[in-house]
Order: sequence, then C-alpha cells, then structure tokens
Amino acid sequence: MSASVPFAPRFGPVLAASVVKLAPTQAARNPVMFLVWMGTLLTAVVVVRGLWVGDSVGFPIGVLVLLALTVLFANAAEAVAEARARGQAGSLRQIRTELRARRRLDDGREETVPATALRRGDRVVVEAGELIPVDGDIVEGMASINESAVTGESAPVLREAGGDRSGVIAGTLVLSDCIVVEVGADPGDSFLDRMIALVENAQRQKTPNELALTVLLAAMSLVFIIVVVTLPLLARFVGAELDATMLLALLVCLIPTTIAGLLPAIGIAGMNRAFAERLIAKSGKAVEVAGDIDTLLIDKTGTITFGNRHATAWHPVGGTRVQTLVEAAALASVADPTPEGRSIVQLAADAHAIRPQAARIVRSIAFSAQTRMSGVETEAGLIYKGAIDAVRDWCVQKDIPVPGDLPAVAERIARKGATPLAVVADRVLGVVELSDVVKPGIQARFARLRRMGVRSVMITGDNPLTAAAIAAEAGVDDFVAEATPEAKLAAIRREQAQGRLVAMVGDGTNDAPALAQADIGLAMNAGTQAAKEAANMVDLDSDPAKLIKAVEIGKQLLVTRGALTTFSLANDVAKYFAVLPALFASSLPLFAPLDVMRLHSPQSAVLSALIYNALIIPALIPLALRGIGTGAEPGDVLLRRNLAIYGLGGVVAPFAAIKLIDLLLAGTGLFL
Amino acid sequence: MTELLLVLATTAVGGALLSRHLVAVFDESRFRADELHRRVEAPLYRLLGVAPGVPMDWRGYFGALLLFNLLLGALAWLVFMTQAWLPLNPDRVPNLSWDLALHTAVSFMTNTNQQHYSGQAQLSHLSQTFAIVTLQFVTPASGMAAAVAMLRGLRGGFQWAGAPAPQPGRLGHFHVDLVRSLTRVFLPLALLLSLVLVWQGVPATYAPATQVTTLEAAAPQAIPLGPVAPMVAIKQLGTNGGGWYGPNSATPLENPTPLSNALQTMAILLLPVAMAFAAGPLLRRPRVTALIVGVMALTSAGLVALGVHAELQPNAAAVAYTDGPNMEGKEQRFGAVASALWGTLTTQTSNGSVNAMHDSFNPLGGMTALVGMFVNAVWGGVGVGLIGFVVYLLVTVFLAGLMVGRTPELFGRKLDLPTIQGLAVLVVLPPAVILVLSAVALWHPALAGTSNPGFHGIAQVVYEYTSAFANNGSGFEGLGDNTPWWNLSCVLALLLGRYVPIAIPLYIAGRLSAQRGAPETAASLRIDTPLFAATLIGVIALLTLLTFLPALMLGPIGEALALAAAR
Repeated sequence: MSASVPFAPRFGPVLAASVVKLAPTQAARNPVMFLVWMGTLLTAVVVVRGLWVGDSVGFPIGVLVLLALTVLFANAAEAVAEARARGQAGSLRQIRTELRARRRLDDGREETVPATALRRGDRVVVEAGELIPVDGDIVEGMASINESAVTGESAPVLREAGGDRSGVIAGTLVLSDCIVVEVGADPGDSFLDRMIALVENAQRQKTPNELALTVLLAAMSLVFIIVVVTLPLLARFVGAELDATMLLALLVCLIPTTIAGLLPAIGIAGMNRAFAERLIAKSGKAVEVAGDIDTLLIDKTGTITFGNRHATAWHPVGGTRVQTLVEAAALASVADPTPEGRSIVQLAADAHAIRPQAARIVRSIAFSAQTRMSGVETEAGLIYKGAIDAVRDWCVQKDIPVPGDLPAVAERIARKGATPLAVVADRVLGVVELSDVVKPGIQARFARLRRMGVRSVMITGDNPLTAAAIAAEAGVDDFVAEATPEAKLAAIRREQAQGRLVAMVGDGTNDAPALAQADIGLAMNAGTQAAKEAANMVDLDSDPAKLIKAVEIGKQLLVTRGALTTFSLANDVAKYFAVLPALFASSLPLFAPLDVMRLHSPQSAVLSALIYNALIIPALIPLALRGIGTGAEPGDVLLRRNLAIYGLGGVVAPFAAIKLIDLLLAGTGLFL
Repeated sequence: MTELLLVLATTAVGGALLSRHLVAVFDESRFRADELHRRVEAPLYRLLGVAPGVPMDWRGYFGALLLFNLLLGALAWLVFMTQAWLPLNPDRVPNLSWDLALHTAVSFMTNTNQQHYSGQAQLSHLSQTFAIVTLQFVTPASGMAAAVAMLRGLRGGFQWAGAPAPQPGRLGHFHVDLVRSLTRVFLPLALLLSLVLVWQGVPATYAPATQVTTLEAAAPQAIPLGPVAPMVAIKQLGTNGGGWYGPNSATPLENPTPLSNALQTMAILLLPVAMAFAAGPLLRRPRVTALIVGVMALTSAGLVALGVHAELQPNAAAVAYTDGPNMEGKEQRFGAVASALWGTLTTQTSNGSVNAMHDSFNPLGGMTALVGMFVNAVWGGVGVGLIGFVVYLLVTVFLAGLMVGRTPELFGRKLDLPTIQGLAVLVVLPPAVILVLSAVALWHPALAGTSNPGFHGIAQVVYEYTSAFANNGSGFEGLGDNTPWWNLSCVLALLLGRYVPIAIPLYIAGRLSAQRGAPETAASLRIDTPLFAATLIGVIALLTLLTFLPALMLGPIGEALALAAAR
C-alpha cells in the first residue's frame, strides 16, 4: 500500500461540505443515513414539545445532538475522501491550466492561445524546449520527450506520428525536434477531468456492488423499523409504555449506520488509491471489477520481455575482429542511458571483460530522431551505432563502403525475431544482436497473480516454439502464438465465453477493439489516443505490470465494504443488550438481568450506545480510506482474518466500548 | 436418552440412503421399476394435458406450481363448505363456515396444516381422506419439486440425462417432477409407514364412530374412526402435521405405542434430511452435501439439546411442588425426552404435528420451538427447507464473498443486483408478516382472544403467526382461533410464507442459471470449508437474533424471568 497521502484535507472545508450534504436531495442518496436524519428531526419535535409542555428535555436533547453528530460524521467521511481525491487530481490538472499553446490555423499561420481554449481536433505545434499543452496524438514528426513531470521516469521516450507510440501527455517536455499534435479531447473532457468528475458527489454513480450493498442495508434497516415500530404495541399488551426518544435511539443504534456512513468514502478512497498508484480509472466500476479478474491477457513485448532491447551476441562483418567490435560498441554505448545501450556495455563486460575506456571520449552524441543513431566522438574519430538502414544511409553520405556480408548477417538476426544494431566507425565493424530477454522478477509477479486467482495468458507474434520457450521462462499459465489483432479479440471472447472476467493490457491502435472487449482494458499512457479511449483504465507510468496493483485495489475495495458491513451488523448484538434493558427499565424492571454490562442508568446506557454509534464512524474513517488488507492474499486467509477481526471483534468490541463510555458518563455526575 | 440418539442416528442413515433414490428420481436416471412407473405416469401426463418434453423457465415452473396448488385448494374449500351434503359422512358432520373452510383449505394447500378446527368432530371422511390427504401428498411433492428446480438452476439449468450441456434458464418440468415425486417417493413410503402403523393399532376404516360404554359414564361415548393410519403416515412424511384427531399424535388412536412414536419421530425428519443429503449430488457438487448436512445437523442438535434440557427441568410454574421433569401437557406414555425431541423436531421441519402440548412447555422449551420456526431452514419442510437454507447461503455468500475481495458468487455465478433485491425481500418478509400481524392482534386483545395475560399471551400470538408463516402448523393452543380475524389473518401469513419464499429463489435460480459459471480459482470463496460453515451458522443466528430478539424477550424470555421472579 502506498503510504503517500500528500493531501491532508483541512477541517474548515470538510465541515462546510458536511453541512452542505444535509440538503435533502443529497442526503436521500444514502437511505440508511437519511433515516438517521429523519430521526434527528423527529427528536427535535420531541424536544420542542417537551419544552412546550414543560417536561425535562435533557435526555432528548442529548439524543438529538448525538443523532445530528452521527449524520455529520458520515457526511464528513465522504467529504474527506472527496477532498483528497480533488487534491490529488487537482495537482495534475494545475500543470495544464497555466500552459500556452501555438495553435496552427487552417492557412498555416500560428497563434498563441491558452491551453484551455483548445478544442478536440485542433492542431498545435511544439518545439524542443517547450511543454506539450494538451493530451493528444502526434500527427507530424517525431520527438524525444521527457515525461518525468507526469510519470516520474527520467529517461526520455521517443514519440512519433502514426504507429503505437504517438500519444503525448499535457505537461511533458519536448527535448528534441518539432512535432504537430492533434488535440484529443475538449477541455474538461480528458480522462483526467472525467476522473475528477467521478469523485464529485453530483456526478458520482453508484457501482453495481455498491447498489447491491445499499439494497441489503436498506432491507436490514426496514427489518429494524418493523421491529422498533411493533415493539411498543407488543409491550402494551403487558402494560408497558415505552419512551419514544428511546425507541428512536434504539432504531438508530440498530440500523447499519457504520457501513452506510462510510460506504461513499470507501468507494472514493478506492479510486484515490488507484490514483496514488498513478492508475486512472474511468469509472468506479472499473476499479471494482479489477478485483474480479480471472484472466490477464498480456502482450509479450515490452511487458514480459524487454522487447528486443538486450544485447545477446556480436556479429563482426568485413573481417573485423570480435575484440574490435566489442570495444567500439561498448565505447559508443557508454553515454547511452537506454536499456539497449546499458545492455551492450553489460555484455561487453560480462562476456569479454572489456570495459570501455571512457577517457578516450571527447564528446557524446545523443540520439536524434533525424539520424536515428547515437554515439561518441573519440580522439580517433566518430563511433556510431544505429539501425541497419540508418547506418547504411550514413555510409552512403560519408562514402564509407558497406561490407558485403552485412545484409546477410542482419537478415539472419531479423529472421530469428531479434533486432540487429550496426556499429560504424571509419568503417562498418559489425552488428550487435539485440534480442528478447525475459524481464527479471516477472516470474514472481505472475506467481503473485496466480495466488490471487488470476490466470495469465501471453500474447505474441512469435512462432509457437519460441512462444512456448518464453512462456515457460516467464511462468505464464498459457500463451497465444502468432497472434494477430483479431486473434487477441478472439482470445478475449473465448475466455469470456467460459464465464471468466478478462483484463487486457495494450497500447496500440490495433489493441483498441480488444481493450474495449475486455472487462478491464488497461491502456498505457504512452499508447495511442485510440487505445486510451477504448480502455477503462490508463496507467500514467505505462507499466503493464500495474495490473497487479489494479487487482489488489479492487479486492481491497470489496474487502473493506464486506468487513465493515459485518462489523456494523455484529455491533447490533451489544447495542441490543445496552438499549433493550434500558428501554424496559421503568415499566418492566424484571428485564434487569439482561443488562449484562451493568450500565449506570437507562439514560446513560442509551446515550453510551449512541455515542459509540456516532464515534465509530470517524474512528473508522482512516481504515475506510486506507482500505482493509493488501488485496494480495488467497480467499480463505482473507475470510478467516476478516471474520475474526470484524465478525467476532464486531460482537465483542462494542460491549467494552459502551461500558467504558458509560463509566465516563457516570463520572460526569449528570446521571443519578 | 438412548432412544433419542437411536432415533436421530437411524434417521440420518435412512436419510442418506434415501437421498440416493431421490437423486435418481430427479436426475431422470434409469430406474429398476421404470417400466412399471411409466405405465402409471404416462396416463397421468395425458390426464394433466402436459408435454413432459419441454423444460420450463422459472416463471413457467412457478406458475404451474401455483396454479396446480390453487386449483386443489379451491376444490378443498368447496368440499369443506358442502361436506354435509356430500357422501362419506357417516357421523353427520355439518358444513364449515366460509372463513374456517378458507383457512383450512389454504392451510393444507400451503403444507402448513394449521388447524382451527378439530378434525374428527368437524370434518367428514370425504373431507379428511380426499380434500386433506390429497393436499398432504401434493404439497410436499410441490415443495420437493421446487427445491429440485432451484438446485437445477444453481448448477446451470435443466439437463437431460446424457445431454452434453444444461439448458440455461430452464429449471425442469413441474408436472413431471410432481408426478415422479408422488409415484416414486411419497406413495411408496406412505404405504409402508401406514401398514406399520396399522400393525401398531392405528385405525384404518370407513366405518362410523363406535359407541363405547366407559367405566364412569352411564351414556355410551362415541369414538370417531376413519382411515387414520394413511393420513398419519403422510402427515409425518410430508412435513404436513395435520392429524385426523384434534389432539394429533398425542392421542393413542394416532400414536398408540413407543414404536409408533419412534417411527413417527423418524418420519418427521426423514425426507428433509434426505433432501439435504441429495442436494450435493443434484448440484453435481458432492462436497456441498457436507456443508448443508453439517450446518443443519449442528444447528438442529443444538436446538434439540436446548429443548430437551428445558423440558427435563421442573415445570417453571410449579417448582414448589415437584422436582421432576415438566410433565404438564405431556403423555405419560412418552415422557419428557420423547416429547421435547418431537417438539423441537416438528418445529424445525415445518411439520407441526404434536405429541405434547407446546403451550405447556417450559418457557425456554417453547422458545426452542419458536426459534426452530423463525429459522425454518434447519431442516425445514420437504423441499422448502432446503430452499430457505439456500437463501441463508446466498446472504452469507454475499457477506463472505465481499470479505474475500470478489463480487460475491455462488458456483462461479455472480449475485447481481436483482438477486440481492430478491434476497432483501426475503429478509424483510418474516418480520413484516409475523411482527406486524402480532402487533395488530395484540393491539386489539378483543381480536386476539388470548386465554392468557402477560408474556405468555404474547408468546401465543407470536407463535400462531410464526407457525402460519413458517408453514409449520403446530399450535401453541389456548387461542380461541376459530374467528374471522384469526382465520383470515392467518390465511395472509400462510400464503405469503409459502409462495413468496418459493417464487423468489426460483427467480434467482433462473437468473443465475443464465450466467455462464466461471471456473473457481484460488481467489474464489470456498464454501465447502468448516470456516464457511461456521460463518453460515453465525449469519443464521445473527439474522434470527436481530429480527426476533425483542419479540422473544416479550414472550418466552419475559415469561421465564417473571416465573423466576415469582419464586
């Protein structure tokens, strides 16, 4: 669980929001708390009537205050969660409101406008050194971009028009080149804006599970209304008159206010936790469904493997010695922070014990989108490495002869499914083979998913043999080889037809149908706008393994609801034993033996139960916001622990708490 | 006490064995006596005008059940109101008033057998043997059919023997299930038991009352007779409970010997137990049987222990005079243990036949009987007990399912919003009927006509409505209950307590069967564990306690405390 809670809501706004939520239209959204609110008004009537006829109103006033507090505490729980969500999302939104954009007009001229004035379909020009003003897709050019402001990853990423890496995010910095970006969404309609709207009370829709729980809680409340309304009629038969205020207090104690008061906060907090993990859910339902995922379909490249980004072999050409190639390649990669650069240095050191002599470097030449090569300048001259055709272009330009065996070597590597990377100095030295390597630690992640009941299926364009080897190494449960986009869609439908809930991780435009078909489509923020539109979750860090977090957060959400519901209902046993003897104390004193807590007086007993009932809501707010458990344990472990804590604990704890509150109340001397 | 254990153990073994027969009957498996049965059943299907080939959805199934029940109920109502003019009335019994006839018809139509009349004195042989006994056969068969249909839904739909896949949304064919359960289960068992009862001395005749000159009386006493043994047999086997004679199985003519008493005790429990054993195989999930039987047996044993313990104490109102067990309202022939055992079992199973007067039980003994009816799913009536149990199971699955972090699901099928709405209705219904009707009756004591003041008076009224709603039929007695108010208000409780708790689970089963069941994973909630069984018992106890604790306080608990205080 991410402990970072950067936005501690302030007291004033929360109090104000809690009062605003008393408005009947808002209060009626939560039937159980609405009942308490009605009870408060009824008690007020009792107080006014008491004042009118001159009865003592100390006890009804006490009840009135406690009922009002119960409602306010529940509202505060929701307000705190909302304030937090708004704070988290607002910090991201803030970046973009201050941005300015160069909008390209139809006649080709440019005008400078605030980013908020941009509409979907507008095109803006962004050059090196400028911040991208909006979310959108690159339609012209390519650029390296620093996305650390949004993703926290400092290594620059390459984005280019057309293809699966065309998405850009507002607030990120263009490092090189110049691009034209098409605006993806109107202001207020980006997925970030939608996520903010989701947590605001007015637009928030109850999720299916929240609705089901609300129905059950309403049913329990109805049961208790029937019990409390019929009770005085039954009691009248034995000549007992029951006090109306005490009956109201009994009703409020019995109805499940604890869970009902915290229910909205739990839902919002689930989205907040997702957000803290930099996962943006487009609906509350998405977070909830994530916990139910049975099958994860996951692309091999870039997820399970590094995606042809690891040096695994050297292929000298034109009669060059291996030693020479290794030394040059390592030297050319010293200043290269990309994974492939680092892997070349690593392989040189591991396989040949060659450490590049950094002292020889005069300056390093960063990757540029134009040359598509990077390298270093040494005393002896330039050394570049790059894609075969980029190197070939360079050779033509510089009149360097291309060795005859280069095309054959390159093709042989490509046919294996690996990527050839040529190294060129004064002549072409050879080719470094970059191939797929399974990410370290990925096995543990799939094992963890398996413990959580999620089956992982790898999807790859590789032939079945290669796919099987990688699947076995990565520890996935199954794989689909030689997969086309249609095959992905078919695989999802096949799993769904067996009643499974499927998650799909993707980033490309051709993933969009599959992302839409899957029950959870998790799009990478670096992916295309189409993918992000089709998905119901977007990961700002573009980390496919983030799905594990999404599953955990979804599970945690449901566990929190279930545990607090159990707690709320289990509490009723103690409340019955506190309030029922008090209710009958004056008219049917023979029930005194049922007062197992030996409470001070009937009034103090009822007030103690009400105080407990009210205070337990704010006491549990931190738990509701943090969530219960980690979401990563198997089912029976979770059930055993939650039953022990919230079931048995829920029966026992209120006995102790009510007794303690009663002792304190008795200590005030207000009760005889 | 040895007798008690022997009765329970024999019933458990018998139920387990019988369950294999039930599975064969309802899974359309091949049968040794198939040909014979078919010769009886085929004309029956033709007579009913049904095509057994088409399985019904939940609406069709419930509609057929309701229609069939209502038709027979209406017929019975007419017979009761016209029996004086109909044949088979050797003792010249007059017609029943319209409201008493309605209550009696509905009471037997709902498998309740609550009796606001005294059988031998107010019903003709025709009414008893045709109107009542027919319903005593048909209603448990209807309950059994409904339970089987629900189980089919939970496992994915009706499936023909040998068919590759179930038909989602289809629950089976009501008339086929009804006929098969009648011809293959109820008739053979009832025939067997009634023969044994005749051997033990229970009358079976169409002769009029015999005139006997007793020792004390100058005038001869009329002892009504009739085909008593067959009625007693189906009364016990079909969780019916309505006897030929007013005092039910407390009278020697219905229950003459210790053996007949033991056999009838077993018969009360036999089919509910067998249904619990059959549930797992019918669901194609044998391990579920362990859960159902385990939870029911533990809960049942707990209540039996409590009930027997309460009756072994001296009569709470007469502690000053005796220190023996409470024998008020009990047959000397049976004693406290056999009476308390019968009393707890008959209320657990929605049977309602009695061999002692529950009104005279010690307060806590009466409370045990009440609690058995509040729960009404351990073991519950034939079929409907299992249905009620599944409702508790679904509520528990919802709570526990959330606690394992998944959208709650049973057998891989998710409990969606309409399912939860259905469960919500079933949670609210018992207090809405029992407590509201009790409150109204006690509000106007003139209506209630209770014979006792104080807590015992409240207990009587709550017991009467609970017995009606739980389709139990046993009486706390002491109520002047043949009045339009009691007859009509009980009719309401009877109908709501019978048909809503059948309709909603069938609806839920139909819904769930339309979903494709997902295979279970490590993250799924496992329901075949002791942990889940304990949770289920906890949920049953909590729901019952939270709903009915105040009523119990003002009834038996208050009475117990008042009697203790009086000492």
